[in-house]
Amino acid sequence: MAHAPVVAVIDQTLETKRRPPFDVVYEWVTTVDHKKIGLMYIAYALIFLLIAGFEAVLMRIQLAVPNNHFVSPQVFNRLFTMHGTTMVFFMGMPILFGFANYLVPLMIGARDMAFPRLNAFSFWISAFGGLLLYFSYLGGDGLYGMGSAPDVGWFAYAPLTAKVFSPGHSTDYWTLSILLSGIGTTGTALNIMTTTICMRCKGMKLTRMPLFVWLMVVTSFLVFVAVSPLTAAQIMLTLDRYLGAHFFDTQAGGSAVLWMHFFWIFGHPEVYILVLPAFGFISEMIPVFSRKAIFGYPAMVAASVAIGFISLSVWAHHMFTVGMGPAGNTFFVFSTMVISVPTGIKIFNWLATLWGGKIIFKVPMMFSLAFLFQFLVAGLTGIMLSSAPFNWQLSASYFVIAHFHYVLVGAIVTALFGAFYYWYPKVTGRMMSETLGKWHFWLFIIGFHLTFDVMHVPGLLGMPRRIYTYEAGRGWETLNFIIGIGALFQTVGTLIFVYNMVRSYYHGEIAGHDPWDAWTLEWATPSPPPVYNFAVEPTVRSRRPLWDLKHPEDPDENYE
Amino acid sequence: MLPTVAAMNHLSVLADGAILRSPTTIFDPAATPARSAFELSMLVLGVTAGIFLVVGGLMLYAVIRFRYRPSDSEREPPQIYGSNQIELSWTVIPILIVVMLFLSTTRVILDTEAAPKPASSVDVTVIGHQFWWEYRYPKLGVVTANELHVPVSDPAKPMPTYLAMSSADTDHSFWVPRLAGKMDLIPNRLNTMWIDPQEPGLYLGQCAQYCGTQHAKMLLRVYAQSPEDFAAWIKQQQRPAEQDVSANPAVAEGQTVFMHSACINCHTIAGTVATGRYGPDLTHLESRDTIASGPIQNTPENLRKWIANPNSMKPGVLMPSMHLNDHDLDVITAYLVTLH
Repeated sequence: MAHAPVVAVIDQTLETKRRPPFDVVYEWVTTVDHKKIGLMYIAYALIFLLIAGFEAVLMRIQLAVPNNHFVSPQVFNRLFTMHGTTMVFFMGMPILFGFANYLVPLMIGARDMAFPRLNAFSFWISAFGGLLLYFSYLGGDGLYGMGSAPDVGWFAYAPLTAKVFSPGHSTDYWTLSILLSGIGTTGTALNIMTTTICMRCKGMKLTRMPLFVWLMVVTSFLVFVAVSPLTAAQIMLTLDRYLGAHFFDTQAGGSAVLWMHFFWIFGHPEVYILVLPAFGFISEMIPVFSRKAIFGYPAMVAASVAIGFISLSVWAHHMFTVGMGPAGNTFFVFSTMVISVPTGIKIFNWLATLWGGKIIFKVPMMFSLAFLFQFLVAGLTGIMLSSAPFNWQLSASYFVIAHFHYVLVGAIVTALFGAFYYWYPKVTGRMMSETLGKWHFWLFIIGFHLTFDVMHVPGLLGMPRRIYTYEAGRGWETLNFIIGIGALFQTVGTLIFVYNMVRSYYHGEIAGHDPWDAWTLEWATPSPPPVYNFAVEPTVRSRRPLWDLKHPEDPDENYE
Repeated sequence: MLPTVAAMNHLSVLADGAILRSPTTIFDPAATPARSAFELSMLVLGVTAGIFLVVGGLMLYAVIRFRYRPSDSEREPPQIYGSNQIELSWTVIPILIVVMLFLSTTRVILDTEAAPKPASSVDVTVIGHQFWWEYRYPKLGVVTANELHVPVSDPAKPMPTYLAMSSADTDHSFWVPRLAGKMDLIPNRLNTMWIDPQEPGLYLGQCAQYCGTQHAKMLLRVYAQSPEDFAAWIKQQQRPAEQDVSANPAVAEGQTVFMHSACINCHTIAGTVATGRYGPDLTHLESRDTIASGPIQNTPENLRKWIANPNSMKPGVLMPSMHLNDHDLDVITAYLVTLH
């Protein structure tokens, strides 16, 4: 038997004529198709990636030499606030949810998400949140006071956000945009959870779901638990600012530490909300390009679920310096160190998947391997930070900045780039250029290491985060100069990536439905998939339905 | 090529080892809390470096050894689905490492946070302000700003300094890397930390919790002095400001201008009508090396420029320009430089 049972019939409606632009816009604005919504999420997040990346470059120019006057302290403080807020809420989460939207139904053999209209609502409300955040540049202090975006930092510690320290409306734009993004995120998480529980195709038992889908389930669970306290905190802050409440208003007896707890009980699971989908990408790409089944699937699932639960108990490791006392500190040292065990299990299983394989160095795999090394380092600097007395030295220094950028860029963005090269052919029907992809890879990776390897050192030499300038003579100036050069490399690499995407859309090699000889269901339908995804609902008998089809003499179902 | 020249300069600085001589490195501890954190950090660095070498080495080996070669057959490699024994081993070994690191960490936490306070310790109240530090020695009756003086503590005869910390406005953090890890100053909350510098000298640091526009120029200077020098400093700080200004008419006029302008709403000069507490205490301004919380040398020229327009030297500072004319600036500066 050939591929026939799972391949959709070719849809005649794909051969469409050119339509007037208004019709196209109308179709995208009103769509409830999970694939179109997924793509809108991704496009919107990419725009914010470029904006927030540009903000990072401005900061690196300012810090490249000591006592620089490139931007004023006020502008610099807005830059790091907007960079952090944008990257976490309007780049990281939307882009991962975009991929999940596109891939989850395809991977489980469903025709759409469980709640298509909720899906569209979630996207548009998140998008509105992002626009609101940037509208603050105009509206924060009224149109006459240009340049009044939020400047309270992305975790906006109280009481800096109190009306007395943050007059005007810039902090309100920050609060409201995050509130809206939270509503959208919760809606999408609900959708993903329901879809995976209720809409799996015949034979797709939970134990046969692709790991990416499993990781999105854990991510969605974390969104439910983590976003609620954030939303509550934003509402409390708004009450403080406008209705005379005193939750965080220390001048009236409120508690600054309460805000920290609210923020980090969201903030640390948030790191896992961002990194678990990246684990998902890697768990899909490494087996395909090693030509082997994932090693230890049940252990991988168990580790993911364990990470989900443990990640809810580690938040106060962001607060080792607020004076929690020895008992509190010791508890959070322990919970934080424990989370390295399931995380280690994941790394070892990926390594074991490589072991004995035939590793093919296509661009998605190159990014996956870079992810492995970089995530290893990020995890190890995480262990250093979990040791509270070491953390008293490192926290709020450039070492922390280097550590979490190693996670966010070295692991998440690197995995995302791999995912772009891997699934682009499915989405557009064309391959991305391997040559440009390799340029992108090497420039970006070299830039990444120049910037973020070196960035650990000024932290060890006493450089705190969020300073707009520094004096010479502390041993920081050379390091910051090198960090700036690295930013340049990353910028060029990213621009090549954007160019590659645009160029390949028109000139890329035709991909066919399964260019990587992969094994999960999304590769069983044409590229791009028709609106209904699968003409006939697929039936699966193992974790790798396409492997079974390609190797009828030795199907996976015999081993699971 | 300018960038190339700059890069060359930077490389020569690297070769000089300027980085190793950083006055704020955590790897050159000069007090017990910093030293115990340093020793723990060496253990943690050693363990993590070991893990990196083993796991990173295995990854590198796998990537090279198991790469696809054109000479390979077209057959897929053997499919291996997992192994419970192997899973168990790479679960148990990390757990053992975690337990070991956890226990060593706990010991340092207790040694630092639960150490008994010796009776011979010096008490200082540290209050963070946007964007400067207030230091009060409640038992000694001394109030000063931005430059903290503490006695050197001989391990045989310990005289540690206990810092009771809070904030007047937003969150701040006290970080002098060579003396101790950081501790936050949070309004409505009292935190404590202790330091016991063992060598006399100047230890630098700065605010490590974003506290507003000029977070970057909220620098820390800790002067560790021999017990005798420290006692002498305390004695000098306990005196009220010099009041006899009749010898110099400019100084006398400066004092009059100062006492009749808004300066006194924010600044204290002990023994005068100036009792404001919003800004730094100026009673012994001239005993300090710097102004504006560290970034500016305390010279008469800088002081005059600062009074004329603080925002030009430290944009975002809360001290306003008083729009004084040149003459008033001259006499106020003449008065302030007498405050030894």
